[in-house]
Amino acid sequence: MVNCLPLTLSGAVVRKRGKRIIGPVDLTLGETGVTILIGPNGAGKTTLLRLIHGLDRLREGKAQWRVSETEARRRQAFIFQQPILMRRTALDNIAYPLRLRGDRPAKARSVAEEWGARCGLAALFDRPAHVLSGGERQKLAFARAMTTRPELLLLDEPTSQLDGRSTREFEVLLRETIAAGTRVVMATHDMGQARRLATEVVFLNKGEVLEFTAAEPFFSNPQNPKAQAFLKGDIVL
Amino acid sequence: MSDIWDGLVQAFLLLLRFDPNLYEIILRSLQVTLSAVVVATIIGVPWGIWLSLSRFRMRRAAVATLNALMGLPPVVVGLVVYMLLSRSGPLGVLGLLFTPTAMIIAQVIIITPVIASIAHQSSRELWAEYHDLLISLGASKRQRLVALTWDGRRALLTATLAGFGRGIGEVGAIMIVGGNIDHVTRVMTTAISLETSKGNFALAMALGFVLIALSILVNLLAHIISKSEREERW
Repeated sequence: MVNCLPLTLSGAVVRKRGKRIIGPVDLTLGETGVTILIGPNGAGKTTLLRLIHGLDRLREGKAQWRVSETEARRRQAFIFQQPILMRRTALDNIAYPLRLRGDRPAKARSVAEEWGARCGLAALFDRPAHVLSGGERQKLAFARAMTTRPELLLLDEPTSQLDGRSTREFEVLLRETIAAGTRVVMATHDMGQARRLATEVVFLNKGEVLEFTAAEPFFSNPQNPKAQAFLKGDIVL
Repeated sequence: MSDIWDGLVQAFLLLLRFDPNLYEIILRSLQVTLSAVVVATIIGVPWGIWLSLSRFRMRRAAVATLNALMGLPPVVVGLVVYMLLSRSGPLGVLGLLFTPTAMIIAQVIIITPVIASIAHQSSRELWAEYHDLLISLGASKRQRLVALTWDGRRALLTATLAGFGRGIGEVGAIMIVGGNIDHVTRVMTTAISLETSKGNFALAMALGFVLIALSILVNLLAHIISKSEREERW
């Protein structure tokens, strides 16, 4: 099967209420690797992810996938900063994407049980999702995203609300997925996490991509002065 | 004050005496309003949810109109239905005037906007919560409607009960299209109205208490059946 990537954004602009949030962005996401989006608050990390996923509309420019756009959407999954839980049991939440795709309840259930167990949620399957803790919720969102075996996983600061232990557990799951060949694009403001996971880095500021390079040269020797300042811990305006 | 007390005592006596006339009008009240609620729910719930899911040019006007329709005066609805169903009206051949069916039609018109409007309010909040997830998962319009209906079912039950409340206590419309004919179209509210105008205040009060008890009973039953208001549930 042909991978849905590479994705090429050319001159991509997102506007909301007449204000330009990001763009123009020129960026090519290759078939493999872990791309980490970093930059100060309001730099457009979330909007860029949402643009890639089709949650925010392109107002100018082009987004070109290798396959058709509809097909590309089917092969990706999005994990939100605040997990969106449906008013159902944990297991029904995990099984929901497969039910939407027309799988029979029994099959969706067994796949959901498998992924839920892998994410350490087996004891919580029958609990209503809203009683879960923050870490459990995000693991649920992860299991839910994985049921459809996405080629591309988009994550928007998934661990920003989690404590250290939950963050570590989440990263373990994420690493397993990366090792299994899932393409990951993730926004984070946790520089340690960025260093731990990245193979390439996109540095954003005020809606523009200021630097897009492999992780190693970026962290040791950033080219852009704003990226240098940001890595030093300065407040970048 | 003594009339109210008399009414309470009489209400118990009436119920205990198993007066067939009383049970007949209780059952007819339930039959008319429950039928109307079922039809109005089938129309109103999808209508309300669809409004919260859709983006079209006149949406605001449509929502405002729907909310305004909640306040439709029953007497006017009764009058319009009367004109439509009367011998000389467009639907006169059906011969429905002064039948329970005519009363159900009038109540459906009164109740549907109530149910649709409350369903819209609640599903709009749920949609704001689910929007990104359902778009991300590629849910079709139909699937979104199903998800909002199922996950919002408790709020939708409230909408339905509000509709029931409006219907069971309604007198203006069913009086006009039903005619308050004994053993045919007499229901609780029209009977109360009649007994009051005859000066039988104690009997009217008794019927009133029975009506209130009936309303409470139906609400309780609905909550027990749906298992709402319990811990760890929505």
